[in-house]
Amino acid sequence: MANIATYADGSCVLLQGNEAIARGALEAGAQFCAGYPGTPSSEIIGTLATVAKQVGIHVEWSVNEKVATEVAAAAALAGLRSLAAMKNAGLNVAMDFLMHLNLSTIGDRGGGLVVVVCDDPQAHASGDEEDTRWAAQMADVPLLEPANIQEAKDMTRWAFELSEEFQCYCLLRSYTRLSHSRSGVVLGKVPRPERRAMFDTSRCYTPYIAPPKHAALHEKQARVQQVFESSPFNSYNGPEQPELLIICSGSGWPCSLDAIEALNLTGSVGVLKLGTLWPFPKRVVEGYLTRTSKVLVVEEVDPFIESHVKETVAKPSAVPASPEIYGKGSGHIDFYGEITPDAVTRALAAIFNLQYRATSPNYEQEARDAKRLVIDRGMTWCPGCPHRASFFALRDAIRRDHRKAIVTSDIGCYTLDVFPYGTHQTNVLHCMGSGAGTACGFGELAQFGFEQPVIGISGDSTFFHASVPALMNAVHNKSNMTLVILDNGITAMTGFQPHPGTDRTATQDRATAVNMEALCRALGCRVEVRDPFNTKETAATLRQLMRDENGVRVLILRRQCELLRMRQERRYPYTVRVDAEKCKGDKCGYCYKVFQCPGISWDKETDKAQIQQAVCVGCGVCAAICPSKAIIKEEIG
Amino acid sequence: MATSADPFNLIICGVGGQGNILLSGLIGSALIRKGYHVTVGETFGAAQRGGAVFSSVRISQKRCYGPLIPDGQAHLILGLEPLETLRILRKYGKPDTVCITNTAPVFPIGVLSTKEEYPNHDQLQEAIRHLSKAAWFIDATNVALQLGSKIATNIVMVGALIGSDQLPLARNDIEDGMRDIFPPEAMELNSRALQMGFNALRSQKDKSIV
Repeated sequence: MANIATYADGSCVLLQGNEAIARGALEAGAQFCAGYPGTPSSEIIGTLATVAKQVGIHVEWSVNEKVATEVAAAAALAGLRSLAAMKNAGLNVAMDFLMHLNLSTIGDRGGGLVVVVCDDPQAHASGDEEDTRWAAQMADVPLLEPANIQEAKDMTRWAFELSEEFQCYCLLRSYTRLSHSRSGVVLGKVPRPERRAMFDTSRCYTPYIAPPKHAALHEKQARVQQVFESSPFNSYNGPEQPELLIICSGSGWPCSLDAIEALNLTGSVGVLKLGTLWPFPKRVVEGYLTRTSKVLVVEEVDPFIESHVKETVAKPSAVPASPEIYGKGSGHIDFYGEITPDAVTRALAAIFNLQYRATSPNYEQEARDAKRLVIDRGMTWCPGCPHRASFFALRDAIRRDHRKAIVTSDIGCYTLDVFPYGTHQTNVLHCMGSGAGTACGFGELAQFGFEQPVIGISGDSTFFHASVPALMNAVHNKSNMTLVILDNGITAMTGFQPHPGTDRTATQDRATAVNMEALCRALGCRVEVRDPFNTKETAATLRQLMRDENGVRVLILRRQCELLRMRQERRYPYTVRVDAEKCKGDKCGYCYKVFQCPGISWDKETDKAQIQQAVCVGCGVCAAICPSKAIIKEEIG
Repeated sequence: MATSADPFNLIICGVGGQGNILLSGLIGSALIRKGYHVTVGETFGAAQRGGAVFSSVRISQKRCYGPLIPDGQAHLILGLEPLETLRILRKYGKPDTVCITNTAPVFPIGVLSTKEEYPNHDQLQEAIRHLSKAAWFIDATNVALQLGSKIATNIVMVGALIGSDQLPLARNDIEDGMRDIFPPEAMELNSRALQMGFNALRSQKDKSIV
């Protein structure tokens, strides 16, 4: 069956944005690709990993985004075309390296290096709405932003050429609506990459001395801008002298076209779509600004294009009669959330003083009336998830301890604890590894009268990603804390990617699994390992650790992600049933109201707990938590 | 064969794990093979966690549209779960929207934990009917269970979709796509699921005047 590497040259295939980026890298002859998983970026490396052996390239899940970028840069310095991929939050982790690699350059023998960053406007699967475009301006490197999936592939391929031509890495910005959409893409040829890796040791690549290199980088930017001024990725469509000019990029482009159609403004509104965003193609924009008296800038999150359009207009010589600029500054487009066709329609309708109604007032009223029937669908841990049991034990330990223990956590499926159907034990939560880091800080406050026990939480993948330095810091600076590592054996939330603690690489080769308990012990921590399904022992151990103030304590709660277990074992361990004699029904309700496994509900008629057989995965943990011992688990023979 | 509108906006909605993305891929690929411009948009942040998910499919002979469907512009809603059909219909529906909905509810965690009540079955169907030009309800989960595989529910629903004649696709267009994603041993079951969904909708359609 054809795959991303073998789809024929010239064929049109339905590809996801991330797959298109992967195909673009293959068409460019990329030989080395690395990344750290994060929605909405994960399928780029995931897709490349599935064909790596077939094409003869190296693809890896790295320990974090900084290392991913560093290994990819090394391959580029050795002459190979390389790619690093991450989500917006991951770019922050990689930024230290990238703010120096821009100055060092990748050299005249370097392979192109493309850093793909997937932003998440609306924060569908993120904790923030960071806008990556500023990073390009900060680092003085080129940034391309595709407006559809065909461009995602074509721009990725071009980004490698740009990178090699200008000897600097190139940023490609994607976003949720590109990465996670699919459309037909016309494909190009995938060459057999044959470059050999070699480094010329007469060379030295470093940012030192920075000021002259910074000056050279700016001079380079001017040359990149020249190329961008004539790029076909910046294109105009509309009347010669539009009454209003929309300037947009990315998702703003299709949304603008929808809005123009909805309001029948095709004859009066023109659309300038920009694909090369940094260095800003000022002359292209100048040329269109002189043709109109009104401009609406349509872009997601920050006013990046808008700021540069305003700067362009501010030069009196270039645009004699300055047009009116509408956008975020004027309040027509929001500074937050993703752009939608309706948002652009509303902005245009306001500027043109038009009335727009998608349906009839009557229908809208009826749709509003139906709200009384629509209830929310809260997210929760899967049936059989070890985290539900871990937080259950955590809550029990904290309650019995009576000292108001503080819980600091980070990013993984266990983040669901702060959502409506979590246990709400988590007090402080920000980013990868910050559970360990902030726990460390709270644990250093004793001299200021802080007496509450401190529990930091990390997952297995976030432990390796960013928690280890924090744990070292805790040991060195004598923090009084317990780190709980929820080890489910995989990077579960983003789709089961391996990490240094697993025994397989991205390309399914055997790997040495880094032993996290040995690592923690080597750092000087007291380490205990428990099965979270043994909730009583887990809670008791945690209470002991909270009382032990002899150095930093680590509790590893180890049980495989249920989804992964099911994929591998393809059978349920137990059948689970409720003993109606013992069940106290809604007077108790502990299993469905407190533990809240979606595999258990309440049968109103009999007033008994009821196993949802279609949902239950037979993990049997509810048998351990039922106060009346009314849930019976029986091994499946 | 043209669609009744251009662009034609289809939404497939349901609960994480019901096979939403598989369906939008099957339908999208089949339409691409027929030469249509197709863009499929997906939400799957909530996919593994029981959250509401939906895919948008925008079909055109003119150009490649963006993945987001404007409010009140869905022509067809394929609901794998009735509450989700109503949720989507309230935002994207218009008086001539057509809905095809699986009757089997998937209870949200708020209902299972007795904090909320799932809407009354008849009221839910009535509200869906009220907000659409035509609404068909398919007992897809039961049909799939009769075939011995609950997981085939989504294929039953695709069969119903084809049976509605709302898309320029025939059963064999979907079967061609299924061969690309299912192992050969799963084809017989899924072909039957497709046929049974098709029949289920056709038998309702014959009785109605829509």
